Amino acid sequence: MTDSGQNRTGANEPLVRFENVQKTYDGEILVVKDLNLDIEQGEFLTLLGPSGSGKTTTLMMLAGFESTTHGDIILDGRSLRTVPPHKRDIGMVFQNYALFPHMTVYENLAFPLQCHNVPKSGQDRKIAAALAMVELTGFERRRPGQLSGGQQQRVALARALVFEPRIVLMDEPLGALDKKLREQMQIEMKHIHENVGLTFVYVTHDQSEALTMSNRIAVFDDGVIQQLDGPEELYERPKNAFVAQFIGENNRVNGTVRDISGDRCLVELPNGQTVKALPVNVGAAGEATTLSLRPEAIVLEPADGDGCDDTYPAIVREQIYMGDHTRVRVEACGQDDFVIKMPRGSGARSFELGQDIAIGWRSGDCRALDAA
Amino acid sequence: MALPSYATPLDRAWYVGFRVICAAVFAFLIVPILVIIPLGFNSEPYFTYPMPGFSLRWYEEFFNSPQWLLGLRNSIIVGFFATLVATVLGTLAALGLNRAEYPGKPAILAVLISPIIVPIVITAAGMYYFYSRIGLTGSLAGLVFAHATIGVPFVVITVSATLAGFDNNLVRAGASLGASPVRVFFKVTMPLILPGVVSGALFAFITSWDELVIAIFLATTEEHTLPRRMWSGIRELLSPTIMAVATLLILTSIALMVTMELLRRRTERLRGISG
Repeated sequence: MTDSGQNRTGANEPLVRFENVQKTYDGEILVVKDLNLDIEQGEFLTLLGPSGSGKTTTLMMLAGFESTTHGDIILDGRSLRTVPPHKRDIGMVFQNYALFPHMTVYENLAFPLQCHNVPKSGQDRKIAAALAMVELTGFERRRPGQLSGGQQQRVALARALVFEPRIVLMDEPLGALDKKLREQMQIEMKHIHENVGLTFVYVTHDQSEALTMSNRIAVFDDGVIQQLDGPEELYERPKNAFVAQFIGENNRVNGTVRDISGDRCLVELPNGQTVKALPVNVGAAGEATTLSLRPEAIVLEPADGDGCDDTYPAIVREQIYMGDHTRVRVEACGQDDFVIKMPRGSGARSFELGQDIAIGWRSGDCRALDAA
Repeated sequence: MALPSYATPLDRAWYVGFRVICAAVFAFLIVPILVIIPLGFNSEPYFTYPMPGFSLRWYEEFFNSPQWLLGLRNSIIVGFFATLVATVLGTLAALGLNRAEYPGKPAILAVLISPIIVPIVITAAGMYYFYSRIGLTGSLAGLVFAHATIGVPFVVITVSATLAGFDNNLVRAGASLGASPVRVFFKVTMPLILPGVVSGALFAFITSWDELVIAIFLATTEEHTLPRRMWSGIRELLSPTIMAVATLLILTSIALMVTMELLRRRTERLRGISG
């Protein structure tokens, strides 16, 4: 589960390797349970999960601010067990920026360079380049208190990049910014990552942030990586009910597996209806399963050309106009919170509340996952 | 602060009463200090108003008296070194006390703060017995340690107050940027807690500067500080020289307070607008 199964050649060693890492704070509850994770040179890896899932603890263990209870972390083939944080050569960006308030922007950026004994002429050049990268040229003499939140976060990013560390860690760095600025910064960070070619490890609980920027996303829950894949893979093909629920929107229907044959299974719902689904994470016939259906995969009033295997009766309960799409909530399959996204455009139509309609989907879009 | 048009008679009474109380508080604080200043300039050796004439003879007497000058010298030496010891130890203690929880932390804090809670006579008597055992009575070093002990609580309190608003992520950020713990302390932590350290040092100095009880117990004539010298003077021969000395002590304290406050404001400004 931790390794997405690509074949690695010997020459392509991972930059960081977590080996059977466990962490407990109180000696009883494992916050991180047997973590095995490879971080590739130059990738943008996001650790995504709800609070308390172990993602931040994992980041802190890599930075050296938390010790591992068990297991080892290897950086560039060397165990980090005996390496203190300031010798790990890992830059870090904090949620509250953690800029030194008594130093100017220039001094903040010069700090890591002085620590790494970069000569003065080199310092000036690197600081100018880093500030240009985050588009803050001309702000050298300002103090952090004179900058907006977004500008402070750019300075923090520049400071973590300016000494060219082997990895840059980010702990929910955009959490304190407003939505619009956050989305803009996501794109900028993605571009900066592409330009500098450093390895980024990013912690967030915001799935859209993870999908926007990452090469790979490790979805954490309960101290375990539930799935480690690229954004598209993760959204289109979640491997279990937690991932399906956490990434994007999702209609969940509980049922019982009646039959598995080839690449389809037959699931019986509590109200007696049967549904054809793609068996992803199901046991044998007779076992419970959770069906996962994305709101945009459901077709309202399907026609012959839509490729739906079956149709099901539904009653329209609510319509919410969202601009680019309309959310239609229907009662179907024994549940009254079935959400369907109807994109704006030629296919869009309007229903009466309480109207009886038919809905359908391709059986391949209906994923039978573990019973959560 | 003018009264609003809807003020009731009770409001009006309180408006006046409040100002009277404030004036009384300031009068009781300041008048006893102010009345002695003119007496130091009295031309005759009496402590009565109105004064018969103005003279600087008591100041002259002070600066020509070997005993008074010894007292001044001792006060400065003891004050300086006691402040140094108290500031270093108190700052380190505050840093340790503001780390994560560990057993015995409240007890350690209570012991460190105890000199300002335990009556000074008891502290002084205890010090006398303890210091005489280890040969620290009758020496300036003994006074330095004793005054450092009673100065530490002020440093611990003021530095702890500054640390309460200190973001520990700054220390982590410093480490992640490649700075050793020592470098982080001097480049990041220290500049940011400096206002607290400076205020603590000021309190520690002033505590030593006007301390009498411990000096009575520990100091022989050779180690007499200015307050101890004044105490002898009041008991033996009451002369307006004491008023002149008192005036000098007051002026020193005020000058120190003003300088330190200016320094503190400057540091706070350097910390940036949002602090």
